[in-house]
Amino acid sequence: MSLSFHIVVCAGIVPDPLQTLEPIIGDSGPALKNELLLPAVLDPWAAHALYEAARLAREHSGSKVWLISLSPRAKLQQVMMTVAQKAPFELVALDGPAGGFTDSAEVAGALAAAIEAIPGLDRSRLLLFGGWESAARGAGTTLAIVGERLGIVDQFQGVDEVRLEPDGALRILERVEGGRHQISRCAGPPAVMGWATGSLAEPPNQPQLGMANMRSILPALQRARPVALSSGDLRFLRVELPRQQRQTRIVRDVPAEEIARELVDWIRG
Amino acid sequence: MSEPALPRPVLETDIVCVGFGPAAGGFLTTLARRQTDPSRPPLESRAAPGLPLQVLCYERADDIGFGVSGAVTRARAIRASFPDLDPAEIPMAAAVRREKLVYLLDPIGASRRPPALRLADRVIRAFRFALPFEHDALEIPWLPPFLEKKDGLVLSIAQFNQWVGQQLLMTGMVQIWPGTPVADIVVEDGAVVGVRLLDQGVDRLGKPTAAYQPGMEVRAALTVAADGPVGAVGRKLDQAFGTPEGFDNREWAIGMKFVVELPGRAQLETGTVIHTIGYPEPEIFGFLYVHPERVASVGIFVPSWFANPARTAYRYLQHYIQHPYLWRHLEGGRLRSWGAKSIRESGRRGEPWLVGNGYARIGEGSASTNVLTNSGIDEAWATGVMLAEAVIELLEQDKPFTRENLKAAYVARRRASWVEEEARIAEKARDGFRRGFLTGLLGVALAGLTRGRLRVPGRPHRPMASLEDYFRDRIPTGEMARIREECARQGRALHDALMERAGWPPVAFDGRLLVSHQDALLVGGKVQAPPGVADHVVFLYPYLCETCGTRLCVEICSGEAIRPRPEGAPGFEREKCVHCGACVWNCPQENVVLEAGAGGLHSAEN
Repeated sequence: MSLSFHIVVCAGIVPDPLQTLEPIIGDSGPALKNELLLPAVLDPWAAHALYEAARLAREHSGSKVWLISLSPRAKLQQVMMTVAQKAPFELVALDGPAGGFTDSAEVAGALAAAIEAIPGLDRSRLLLFGGWESAARGAGTTLAIVGERLGIVDQFQGVDEVRLEPDGALRILERVEGGRHQISRCAGPPAVMGWATGSLAEPPNQPQLGMANMRSILPALQRARPVALSSGDLRFLRVELPRQQRQTRIVRDVPAEEIARELVDWIRG
Repeated sequence: MSEPALPRPVLETDIVCVGFGPAAGGFLTTLARRQTDPSRPPLESRAAPGLPLQVLCYERADDIGFGVSGAVTRARAIRASFPDLDPAEIPMAAAVRREKLVYLLDPIGASRRPPALRLADRVIRAFRFALPFEHDALEIPWLPPFLEKKDGLVLSIAQFNQWVGQQLLMTGMVQIWPGTPVADIVVEDGAVVGVRLLDQGVDRLGKPTAAYQPGMEVRAALTVAADGPVGAVGRKLDQAFGTPEGFDNREWAIGMKFVVELPGRAQLETGTVIHTIGYPEPEIFGFLYVHPERVASVGIFVPSWFANPARTAYRYLQHYIQHPYLWRHLEGGRLRSWGAKSIRESGRRGEPWLVGNGYARIGEGSASTNVLTNSGIDEAWATGVMLAEAVIELLEQDKPFTRENLKAAYVARRRASWVEEEARIAEKARDGFRRGFLTGLLGVALAGLTRGRLRVPGRPHRPMASLEDYFRDRIPTGEMARIREECARQGRALHDALMERAGWPPVAFDGRLLVSHQDALLVGGKVQAPPGVADHVVFLYPYLCETCGTRLCVEICSGEAIRPRPEGAPGFEREKCVHCGACVWNCPQENVVLEAGAGGLHSAEN
């Protein structure tokens, strides 16, 4: 059965996770120390969603991918110079804060409104993609709320795989406890997919693809609508990074079993 | 090796620029200003008629803000481009407030000081009550004018690049593509007609795999090489077109620095600049610059004429920051970031052909760095501006980018510029270092104070000593052989063992500022090495490596990415490589090549 999709990927930008990130409580609430200094990347979970969207679109001709982002415009443009080389898409840009310490319902409202305004978007073929988790300080609920605002009732989170069945239904693998998957069958779009890591590697940079994407990205950035998010009654009581401990030791020519044994001993303390 | 029959994609554009640093920043900013000038119609594209001039810039690193460099700069050219520049707009930038030149004495007795310097040290200590002497250091009450950076800026070059890049991208007049290494130039009929991007989907030796994706050929009327001191494109241009008569590019230094969060008690004013000489070895110069919000850059330059074949910037830097004069400010601080880069210090002697048919060079790869004033960023920016002005002039006059036209428009501008005037003063300033540290300092002072009219004769390049010769007075030959054998067996570099045997105390790691070299690779950005591309450090003839007595590439490697192996060429782990290029100019046999490579340090603060 031939079926094509209109896939909208919701993707924020976040500070490069390779940097040293230090949460602080500033005058205007929680923030990251020296956040302005940090380079940004597309949220890694959302990036996986983008790669999966591109794969699905490639496998089903007639499909189209949009990437929608509410981020500071200048930072978003910088990030796009890398992301545009990874997969074909059309950008929908909203100019606003990407700090993560925002009300996810408010962010979702802005995203949903912008999605509804995408010219030519066929809601009957709509797959709303995004990250199941986020590397931002978002509450992880934004995607679900966007789906609700758009009236999409079939929502799946922790998705690792989506395949099209011969009858046009979607076969979806969602992560559950114990490293297992729950297999669901969805009659078809519209649906929301909050992606886990999927199974696709990060695509290599394709400069020619970047050039092609840029034809629509630059105008989208220029017409990016400013979105002011009010903090409202939202209050953050505490922010902290997960505790971590690191010890480095360089070894050579040590069998993997021995390294594994040492790691287990170290974890057990 | 035959490539799979995949067509190489081709793209036509007007100008392709390789590398995004200060030189490209100056070039693209000037071009973009012209294109957005409301009083004039934008220059039109010939590659895409009807559209504005198409300008593409390809940067090897994964982000335009991952540069590694100094920096304190007088910022003359930068301020000329941004007359209303407010340092507060650029993270980590500050106006220079006070400068000091400090002579550091050796507090532990391990430094290899010549007899005259040891005598000077004794005299200084004897008269310390009458001198500005504190914490084993003499604050020299006078800063030579040629070293002054007054009215200048303390910068993080990564943040500066990011600031410039964001403004450029917002104009829509140029495209800057990070994570896109340029592998080669495309030459037809004696002219550069564009560049070829790096092939992907290959193994570490460059052999195509099932995922092979040939690098795009980007054809342009003008190729601008701005890929720095060790860039692949600059090297390919030299290979294709040769170098001018008398070209001598053997003077280098490795610059390595820490970005440090200062402890609460540190009394260093933002904008403070401290230049140091004398320690950890006389040949190694150092610096400390204070950024806003209690952050400092502290680092050293290890020059090519330093004779120690086991020179290691990282270890020396750890001893440097522990000098009492600096440690009183730094102790208890935290390492935020770290980085290293090669500095091309040959000055005008190392100037390659600046232009040719279809190409021009700007920035450090065009020998713009001034070794007398220790300044490179401002000069690089200025060369970019000059090229852009030349390009605009030629396009407005509808003239092609031939060698003659570029010479008349760009090279003539450079020759008439302050960059050239100061480069001439600096040209022979360091020649005295061939005869020793004090003679070298005298030469620098003479050249600087007489504007190049007087100098100490000689050439600074000094042949490398053997390990046995260099350490003869400290390590008996038999023991040296044992150390060599032991390090080879353990697969590690010699420098730690040799330095400790020569009197340098072990570094007591505190897990904050004093961390192992490998841990530093994980601080403040970490090194990335994407799969699917070939190794960028290539040992041309492994048999030459087998006969090499010093393996200086192993000792100097800024990331410990090059390690000794019992046979053949040293091993290379690109997951640790910061792309500093020190292995290239430290190889006495010129057997190491740095090809275009992806990844590297994700450092946003250097």
